[in-house]
Amino acid sequence: MRNTHATELLFDLSQPGRRAAQFPTSDVPDRPLGDMIPDAFRRASHDHSLPELTESDVIRHFLNLSTLNMSVDTHFYPLGSCTMKYNPKRHERMARLPGMVDLHPYQRICDQQGMLRLLHDMQEMLAEIAGLPAVSLQPAAGAQGELAALLVASAWFRSRGETRTRVIFPSSAHGTNPASAAIAGFECVQLENTSDGLVDLDELETQLDDQTAVFMITNPNTLGLFETQIESIAARVHEVGGLVYIDGANMNAIMGVTRPGDFGGDMMHFNVHKTFTGPHGAGGPGAGPIAVRSELAEFLPGPVVTRITDDDGQPHFELETPSRSIGRVRSFFGNVGILLRGYCYLRTLGREGVREAARHAVLNANYLKALLADLLPAPFGQHCMHEFVGSASNLKDDRGITAMDVAKRLLDFGFHAPTIYFPLVVPEAMMIEPTETESKATLDAFAATLHEIAEEDLEFLHQAPHAAPVSRPNDVQAARQPILLWSPDDDTAEDV
Amino acid sequence: MDPATLKFSKSHEWLHLDGNIATVGITDFAVEALTDLVFVELPEVGRTLDAGEIFGEVESVKAVSDLYAPVAGEVTEVNTGLPDDLDALGEDPFGRGWMIRVNVSDASAADALLDETAYREHCQSAGH
Amino acid sequence: MAYLFNTPDDIRSMLEAIGAESIEELFEQVPDHLQVEGLLDLPVGFSEPELEMHLRKLAAANCGGSSRVCLMGGGVYDHFIPAAVDEVASRGEFYTAYTPYQAEASQGSLQAFFEFQTLVCQLTGMEVSNASLYEGGTAVSEAVFMAMRVTKRYNRVVVLGSLHPEYQEVLETYLGNLSCQLDVIATPDGAADVNIVADTLDEETSCLVIQHPNVFGALEELEPLCQAAHDVGALAIVSFDPLSLGLLKTPAECGADIAVAEGQSLGIPAQYGGPFLGILACRQAHVRQMPGRLIGQTVDRNGQRCFVLNLQAREQHIRREKATSNICTNQGLLAIRATVYLSLLGRQGLVDVAELCCRKSHYAAERLGELPGFELMFSRPFFKEFTLRVQGDATEVINRAAEAGFDLGPALGRFPRLRESLGEAADQTLLVAVTEQRTREEIDRLVESLAATSEDSATPQTLTKPA
Ligand SMILES: Cc1ncc(COP(=O)(O)O)c(C=O)c1O
Repeated sequence: MRNTHATELLFDLSQPGRRAAQFPTSDVPDRPLGDMIPDAFRRASHDHSLPELTESDVIRHFLNLSTLNMSVDTHFYPLGSCTMKYNPKRHERMARLPGMVDLHPYQRICDQQGMLRLLHDMQEMLAEIAGLPAVSLQPAAGAQGELAALLVASAWFRSRGETRTRVIFPSSAHGTNPASAAIAGFECVQLENTSDGLVDLDELETQLDDQTAVFMITNPNTLGLFETQIESIAARVHEVGGLVYIDGANMNAIMGVTRPGDFGGDMMHFNVHKTFTGPHGAGGPGAGPIAVRSELAEFLPGPVVTRITDDDGQPHFELETPSRSIGRVRSFFGNVGILLRGYCYLRTLGREGVREAARHAVLNANYLKALLADLLPAPFGQHCMHEFVGSASNLKDDRGITAMDVAKRLLDFGFHAPTIYFPLVVPEAMMIEPTETESKATLDAFAATLHEIAEEDLEFLHQAPHAAPVSRPNDVQAARQPILLWSPDDDTAEDV
Repeated sequence: MDPATLKFSKSHEWLHLDGNIATVGITDFAVEALTDLVFVELPEVGRTLDAGEIFGEVESVKAVSDLYAPVAGEVTEVNTGLPDDLDALGEDPFGRGWMIRVNVSDASAADALLDETAYREHCQSAGH
Repeated sequence: MAYLFNTPDDIRSMLEAIGAESIEELFEQVPDHLQVEGLLDLPVGFSEPELEMHLRKLAAANCGGSSRVCLMGGGVYDHFIPAAVDEVASRGEFYTAYTPYQAEASQGSLQAFFEFQTLVCQLTGMEVSNASLYEGGTAVSEAVFMAMRVTKRYNRVVVLGSLHPEYQEVLETYLGNLSCQLDVIATPDGAADVNIVADTLDEETSCLVIQHPNVFGALEELEPLCQAAHDVGALAIVSFDPLSLGLLKTPAECGADIAVAEGQSLGIPAQYGGPFLGILACRQAHVRQMPGRLIGQTVDRNGQRCFVLNLQAREQHIRREKATSNICTNQGLLAIRATVYLSLLGRQGLVDVAELCCRKSHYAAERLGELPGFELMFSRPFFKEFTLRVQGDATEVINRAAEAGFDLGPALGRFPRLRESLGEAADQTLLVAVTEQRTREEIDRLVESLAATSEDSATPQTLTKPA
């Protein structure tokens, strides 16, 4: 039963004089505040300050809010390109262990040896999976990994007396690729031709020259296809002196099966929050470690962890900034809490589990693709990798049902929607990634539901969802007159 | 304004020339393709534009599009009411939806632009 | 195998439906010679009890805040985290949800972020806040990039030397490939000299970056500094400590155009430096130049109030290389923690925490400053953290404190970027931060143990007080 009172905004629930957090009274000798901090620095009033609530108000509010979400814990969440796999509960317990959760980043090195060992071994495992020997765990997410690696690339070129200005990527590239390239000071060149869903070598050829710094490619790509010509692509980029960047967002399909470093990649990032099941946290945090080949290692952002064997044969661990590092990309070591969960995951899967997870991710995706072949045919490729992009064009042409309608209606059946309208090369795109942590029964039920939806009344579908907390928000109004915070005299919405 | 009297660019701006003063906006085709515009950014009076230079942008919920000056010149007037009356772009793109007036450096440059028939053909072939 | 569901029977019937003989066949797109032969060189998998035993062993090799009394600072602080924060953040419905792109499936997250944005505005007095950035350092860099877009001045950025050295370094890295000059003004008195700053700024300057309280713990002359920036048409970027706002004037009151912060003190554990919470708030006029996600209120098809991702055209998935930032995955769950924390605190709780931090740190500073061989490095007012100058090497003092069961620091000598401000004293200085969690008894014990050990080890040496 929905508690709509508790989900009013915090500010509407606020009552003057309520308290939740209480603190002990001061136990040090009393002094006038003005003696410590002169009046000129002090705030005169707290009139517009925070709301006033009790602890039970707060708990009831947020727990009721949480029930308005879909999540991996509660629903099948086949959001393409996001790898919404199960987030094991043991990771949460491990991340909260005293000694881990309360470790200050400026603790003395001798006081962080357990953490450094963990992070060091994480570096090693990622290097092995990447097939690239040098790893920096610092980047906070995939996008920051891209930026860091591109800065590494330009530092490397500079060290060789070259200034290369262009970064090339296919049109199906994720938006972070061009955005990161721009911050790193590069000019962006986009390849448009993807007639069979893969990079067109001829078109690439026309763009490659001595100004090419980096070619960025997601492999498997956003259509769920492995770039079969990846070696030739990499070879051509290398021939003109450029570097190949592998966007590793889709590593879930290939970990333990094939390695970016083996198929021509010079640099890559991992999305620990996708492939290695760091929970998405309603938008973050993630972790975006990068791996690079050995010539680039000395430019990595630091610090990185190094292992030193003492005279008595025992190892100890140190923090080290690579000799020609581009510098930090963030404060402190990295998003350690997420790296730690990724570490737990890799230690649990082990060498066999890593490969098995990829194999089952691909099996599940192909199975679902087969179940939906009639309804949402995937225009490219016979088999897919961990995801596929089906097209709802037939539904649209025959019945007027759009990908949007289908996505919204799925929510009513308790399924999160796939990614829709991306990538743009597929009309009415529905990008579906089931992941390996779903059973055949779930996939069957999902496919059956889609078939059921395809038969439903058109008008009814245009109005979907019907059972969700809200239905089809007006985002044009939101953007035209943005309301970005609560204000006391707000009466723009009727409360229902 | 009657579209038949206007000149058009391939990037979907229209232009009306009155002596040396050009009035510039975007076409009904562009407005429809962008769907549900939510924001328009226009230049300041006094700015000089080269032909093909970006003079502003229009934004919908899920897309942005640059606005390109069809001819060179100095901006003499801006439709300052437009950002608060975005519906004008849909309802009357060739009238109330005008964007800027430009004192053109070389009025003959407008001859190189498309007439309405050619522009409509261009939209067809661009295969919306 | 951990976390896999398909039985051998399932696999058979699935392959049949696909029309493939084996899982290997599905990988035929990957050329044979590129496939890993056998298994990668990774450890053998752990069962859950083995994993836990292993992690407990690693944790035991660390010395965290539960084994010693924490008086460490430098951007990460040991504030109390109410149980309700962990409770909410442990809800799978929040922490296993994706970015709220599908509004109908994400009203819980969207409303929480909308509340976060509002709370940040209430806290800072600013007009609009985004829904989080990675952490405090990148928040500074993002603010600088934003200031360059707003002012259209891409050639010069001025930063006070009292900005956290790691934030300075991040900014250097971010500007690394661009033709923008970064000038750092040293602060030998522990805070900036307004006249020197005003003389340094010019009409080319996009922004002035000020941390307040700064890395030394000291308060800056925030209002005249912001004014100096405005006098040359530059923006004032202020990196603040959220809890200090229970006592101090807000960034908005002082004239900040962009207020940024590390939000770790808002209910987020130290966890060796992350994940933390980048906060960025600004004036309404600059909203379209903001980085990161923004949540907006609207109505749905039935006229019911609801929340959506708003002004997305600024972001990388739409504007690509012209986006206001490359950020995609942000720090959502940490924003939720901060939202819960601030709603538990309420307006009185915020004042209480701030006053306790202030009172206890001043008590500690007074007691420590009286010890022979110890003194406060600067005479500037401070909030909860101060710079201590000791005889000899500061790391020695940190070691002595650790032996007595207290964590102090960091020693400032580890930061090359602070040397210009600290001069020859650099290796003798360390930070001490005192949160509301510390008791008088702990502080007294720390003072006593340092007094005892300094008598043992002191090599007499007179300190010259800074003028
Ligand atoms: C293909 C691809 N590249 C890059 C990214 C960016 O990664 P992050 O969101 O971790 O910054 C994503 C995910 O959002 C992605 O799907």
